[in-house]
Amino acid sequence: MSVIAALLLIIPFAAALAASAAPARAAQAISAVAGLASFGLVLALIPDASGRGATYFGFVRVDALSVVFLLATSFLYAAVAVYSIGYLRNGRDQEAFFTGYVRRFCLGLNLFAWSMLAAPLMSNLALLWVAVEVTTVISALLVAIEGTDHAAEAAWKYILIASAGLSLALLGTIFMYYAGAQVLGQHYSMAFAPLLHAAGHLPVTPVRMAFVLAVLGFGTKVGLFPVHTWLPDAHSEAPTPVSALLSGSLLAVSFYAILRYYQVAVGALGPRFPRDVLLVFGVASLLLAALYLLDQRDYKRLLAYSSVEHMGILAIGVSFGAPVALAGVLLHVLAHAAAKGNAFMGSGVLLRKFGSKEISAVRGGLDLLPWSGPLFLAAILALCAMPPFGIFRSEFEIVTGGLAASRNLPAVILVVGVTVAFLGLALAANRMLLTPARQVNPVRQADLARQAAPAHLTRGEPSAWMVVPLAVGLVALLVLGLHPPGELTGLLARAVAQLGSPA
Amino acid sequence: MMLPVQAPGVFTGGANVIAVLILLAEFGMFRQALLRDQVRLYMAQSALISVLAVIVAAARHIPDLYVLAAVSAALKVVTIPLLLRRLLKETDPAGAPAGGADIAGSGGLGLASTILLAIVVAAFGFFSASRLGIRAVAAPITALSVSVSVVLVAFVLMIHRRDVASQAIGLFSLENGISLAALVVAASLPLILEVALLFDLLLAVVVFGLLIRQHHGRARSMSTADLTRLRG
Repeated sequence: MSVIAALLLIIPFAAALAASAAPARAAQAISAVAGLASFGLVLALIPDASGRGATYFGFVRVDALSVVFLLATSFLYAAVAVYSIGYLRNGRDQEAFFTGYVRRFCLGLNLFAWSMLAAPLMSNLALLWVAVEVTTVISALLVAIEGTDHAAEAAWKYILIASAGLSLALLGTIFMYYAGAQVLGQHYSMAFAPLLHAAGHLPVTPVRMAFVLAVLGFGTKVGLFPVHTWLPDAHSEAPTPVSALLSGSLLAVSFYAILRYYQVAVGALGPRFPRDVLLVFGVASLLLAALYLLDQRDYKRLLAYSSVEHMGILAIGVSFGAPVALAGVLLHVLAHAAAKGNAFMGSGVLLRKFGSKEISAVRGGLDLLPWSGPLFLAAILALCAMPPFGIFRSEFEIVTGGLAASRNLPAVILVVGVTVAFLGLALAANRMLLTPARQVNPVRQADLARQAAPAHLTRGEPSAWMVVPLAVGLVALLVLGLHPPGELTGLLARAVAQLGSPA
Repeated sequence: MMLPVQAPGVFTGGANVIAVLILLAEFGMFRQALLRDQVRLYMAQSALISVLAVIVAAARHIPDLYVLAAVSAALKVVTIPLLLRRLLKETDPAGAPAGGADIAGSGGLGLASTILLAIVVAAFGFFSASRLGIRAVAAPITALSVSVSVVLVAFVLMIHRRDVASQAIGLFSLENGISLAALVVAASLPLILEVALLFDLLLAVVVFGLLIRQHHGRARSMSTADLTRLRG
């Protein structure tokens, strides 16, 4: 297992270095191979990942909870790396410029994935913070990579807000160190396992401070209300493969950091306070995002607000505390990664096809895109928690857990919020995909003609490379929804045991 | 009941004075009209952090802190200001002295009101932190309260400023406030972690620099006035 963990830290980094010097095609191939290899490695980690965890090399730690998040990240890494082959092929014309762009893109993509795989592997809360900060700076560069005015604005807002938020998380980390040092002595190294072990003896006030600062600080990167404001901008202006990673993996990895603080806080303070904090942030995020979903004109922003909604659901699910709700939360992390990854990758196909991010510019998607149209529709339905997809199962478990824990009001709010979000997503998808192309407003069509887009508007897919990952993602969603494999349910059960009871 | 007031020892007094100077440097950033001067103030503030680290190391016999003070000074007093200066020189309007560009515009509140607001949040931070019941191990507990004030004032500074460079410098000075807090409550944090945190800061500075250069290349100014198009 130590070899696998080491390879997970080496392969994406090596791929980044190799891709930065390779020809364009080779850089894309290297990224795809590295992504698939990482996913394979994480799959190999599943059977051995125990609730107690194992530490290697002094700073790497693998346990059931971290493997759940590694699984989500590596799955999307592989999907997005393959998808990028098609996405980047269609985007640019000039060869020299294209090669430079692809190199920078692949360098950034692999480094971004590397930092996101590194974060759950860190055995130490300070190193976890460092890894999350590294994800921020690398992804900010990826958001800016298109070089447009909007991309520059989104990247600036993102890095400034996220770094300021993470500064608060650093302050929380320092308070947590102080709390740990009171019990474990002054030469305590911030390692997570001994801290959790000693959680029952930690001084209460510093832990409480540390937890709130961590929720606010890492919550900035999760996209919790009211510190979510960078999120729609960055998600909509980033290149689509990066949007998929931001939404499906980055938010989840930051949520993982919160869960680590949650574990310690439950041990030190009892479950009440940490759950209440998460409940407040979760309900606020869910309601705000559901309302924003009703009135969006840009379909990538629509998906970004849907991410805020789903992160709110995760926070609410943890606040319920019942084991079935926690199992739902962890399944939700996986299902959301697959569904949101698919939705963003589908939106990238729409963007290539129609040349606009406006919902009003996209009509007749199902007719014009024989494969990715239905796949995108399926992804949207999955995001709306329709059966038989994975999110239906996970949200059902979360609501069941809420009712089991007698948290009736939050459970009702959850159902209402999800329903409102469903309305917003379904309306937009209906307009884009099911409205026949010929019903486009003539004035609008003239606009489109002037943007020199009509050549694309014949039936057909921009690239097969962009369809295959979508199909695989759909299979994953179906598997998660209909019959999660035994290995996976075992992993989730072990991770739930970790979250439910302090060691 | 009044407790008898004890005069602080040399160590406590010295550490507190330096902590207050760090806070004053943060306030000083409000009145700087030139980016160059703000970088200079950041240098001074970082140097004060290193001095405090040396004092704590000597008084509490934590040899690691000498190394930390040296690494911190090398990065935050030398390297980062150097990078910032080079960036300012590149982005200066032709003919102007290095870093002589005015800080573009200011926030919705005037400077005087903003400073009042900063004083209020500083006082809030100071008194609320002192009520936390944290027993300081290395440095006097007052320094922790001051560090919380520095963090809050840095937030006000970042909100007040309307240009990308001084927003970034505000963020770096916020990090100085956190370094101060770390010296008080986490002085024995293993050196390797402290150094990892510092190099993380360096990475962030480089990326901020790249984005600032990109922004300046497009907008021909440091102002954030045209960074308001994405809404909804």
